[in-house]
Amino acid sequence: MALKHVNAVIVGAGAGGGVTAKELATAGLSVVLLERGKWYSAADCRKDDLRNQRTTLLGNAFGPDDERYPRMLVDERGVERVVLASEGGYHNNAACVGGGTFSYGAQAWRYMEQDFRMRSTYGAIPGSTLEDWPISYQDLEPYYEKAEWEIGVSGNVDNNKFKAPRNKPLPMPALSPNREHSILKPAAERLGLHPFDIPMARNTVPYNGRPPCMRCRWCVGFACELSARNGTHNTVIPKALETRLCELRTECVVKEILVNDRGRATGVAYFDASSHLQTQTADLVIVAASATESPRLLLNSKSRLFPNGIGNRYDWVGRNMQGHTYAGAIGLFDFETYDDIGPGAQIAVCDYNHGNPGLAGGGMLANEFIRLPIHMTTTIPPGGARWGAAHKDWMRKAFKQTVSIMGPVQEIPVFDARIQADPKLKDHWGIPAGRMSGGKHPHTMEVARFLAAKAAEWLNAAGAVRIWTRPSGPGLSGGQHQAGTCRMGNDPKTSVVDRDCRVHDVDNVYVIDASVHVTNGGFNPALTILANAYRASERLVQSWKGSRGSV
Amino acid sequence: MKVKRRTFLRCGIATAGAITGCAGRQPATGLRYFTEAEAKTVEAICEQIIPADQHPGAKQAGVLRFIDIQLTRHYRKHRAAYTKGIDAVNTAAVQASGKPFADLAFAQQTQILSGIENSSKPFFDLISAHTMQGFYGDPRHGGNREMASWKMLGLPEPPVRGRTTNDRKAG
Repeated sequence: MALKHVNAVIVGAGAGGGVTAKELATAGLSVVLLERGKWYSAADCRKDDLRNQRTTLLGNAFGPDDERYPRMLVDERGVERVVLASEGGYHNNAACVGGGTFSYGAQAWRYMEQDFRMRSTYGAIPGSTLEDWPISYQDLEPYYEKAEWEIGVSGNVDNNKFKAPRNKPLPMPALSPNREHSILKPAAERLGLHPFDIPMARNTVPYNGRPPCMRCRWCVGFACELSARNGTHNTVIPKALETRLCELRTECVVKEILVNDRGRATGVAYFDASSHLQTQTADLVIVAASATESPRLLLNSKSRLFPNGIGNRYDWVGRNMQGHTYAGAIGLFDFETYDDIGPGAQIAVCDYNHGNPGLAGGGMLANEFIRLPIHMTTTIPPGGARWGAAHKDWMRKAFKQTVSIMGPVQEIPVFDARIQADPKLKDHWGIPAGRMSGGKHPHTMEVARFLAAKAAEWLNAAGAVRIWTRPSGPGLSGGQHQAGTCRMGNDPKTSVVDRDCRVHDVDNVYVIDASVHVTNGGFNPALTILANAYRASERLVQSWKGSRGSV
Repeated sequence: MKVKRRTFLRCGIATAGAITGCAGRQPATGLRYFTEAEAKTVEAICEQIIPADQHPGAKQAGVLRFIDIQLTRHYRKHRAAYTKGIDAVNTAAVQASGKPFADLAFAQQTQILSGIENSSKPFFDLISAHTMQGFYGDPRHGGNREMASWKMLGLPEPPVRGRTTNDRKAG
């Protein structure tokens, strides 16, 4: 029996899809929200240091699984190999209701004004597709605010003199300082920097009917057992379902977007939880499956009118893949810096996001989330013992006396850093798997070295007795900050979607996730994905109502 | 005699093993995968990577058990690497002093393993990482017996401090 036709089918219940589902359903559209993973709850928060979403040595806690979702990775030398979902190089993002926001660390940054006009600010860079966004920070500002209040963000950014103009304060105060915060703040001030409390999608007071953070050490990568950390799974998705106009179907894997003879989308074909092929027809198809899976779906949606996939007339789908090169330093102190008060990451500076001599962009710097013992085993200074009695001594000495400062480098986009549909490798359902290739721009590496040196300076000012920087490899970036693969732009020849996130050549298909980011800021991208989803869905609802009104 | 559930399951695993070409393997008593000879070698390597001193080492913390269990689960994919690696370690030991690795003195073992770190780096990195996981990781996976490493590092108890300190009453 055919499934009931709806106004919109949304592929992916993560940051972008969750917000869009809520906005469309509250505007009166009927919505089916398809998610390939499961809907986990606070009760699923096994505090397992070897199997969670950040440390995946024994598998991904919140998907995808190793068995059904292989990918092909082509390294810098052109050698290809199959990678499993829990392995490095897969560039995984969680597959579950809430997507990355279910188990992220929840840093909730606004990008800066310059982040939306990198090309105008720094000019063309050889070997890069660096470009401005077709929208400005001002266009997004009201939606950043909406995301901060609806999802729930805490922090205190008053002392960040580099922040973009904002109208309203954050809805919740910052956490009380942990020990690292107390050590790093005066050190930053001595250096003339402007430290402040990281904005985080985390309750610090009761908010939206849920309790505040209890400050355990099991944060990034784990479910929150109090549901005090805010994602789309405990905010907008329940709101969407409350309207009774949105139906969430989990464990549904979308195969392709269906189009008719006139080049309009008619819905999607997907495999349901029992692996039966289903067809969901809809007036609108919204792709929000992540910057690796959204382009894969567009590329796998081939038809007579779109022989190279949807939106891919000019071969831009899947290109400009970027994430964040993490750069920073680790410092050993001669006193205890560890106080077991989570989440750990609390203090940041934005002094190095822009205006760095001779460099395009930069990144924020912040102290890291609590390092569990297993993470400490590989936190070794250059030349340090990797095993034996000396390594064990190092563990005892360093575990409670190290501080790590890291930051996400704003990457310089590369056209050939990309995801394609693999010609041979298929997933469990027979759908062509993702094929990733390319690497980082040399300038990204240069900025990373600069930022690492600045992190080392900060640790030095804080009194670290031994400091070393952490190098980053030249390979492809993506991971949980993956972005850029369905670029937003005004010119259909050099982008995939328009400023409203509508695919240039199919007027009822939208991409609403980090795929549309032209550049990815020197910040964790979650709040920008959420804000842009609010903005795009508002425009979508306006045009929907406009078109209905004229009929 | 009643067949215990565990025995029954092990038969099942053995059958599955036969299909994948591990026929004839006889796991050591109390283990699921390693033979007695393999277990001796692996345990000696792990103890080199994390030796006992005033605190427990890999052996006392049950790292062998961790690796053994994982080789029937998520690390099934590493079985061949272990077979080859154990072989390389014993070959090096026999060449150097005529005895298998586990029978050598501690200092001799250290020397052999330093050679292996260069000559069979992929295996060394693998077993070294697994030893760290079995020693410093969650006890639920079969290692870190009695939270030996967490106690050594002075990791505060209980593992979820918020439940007792900060707490839910605030909400």
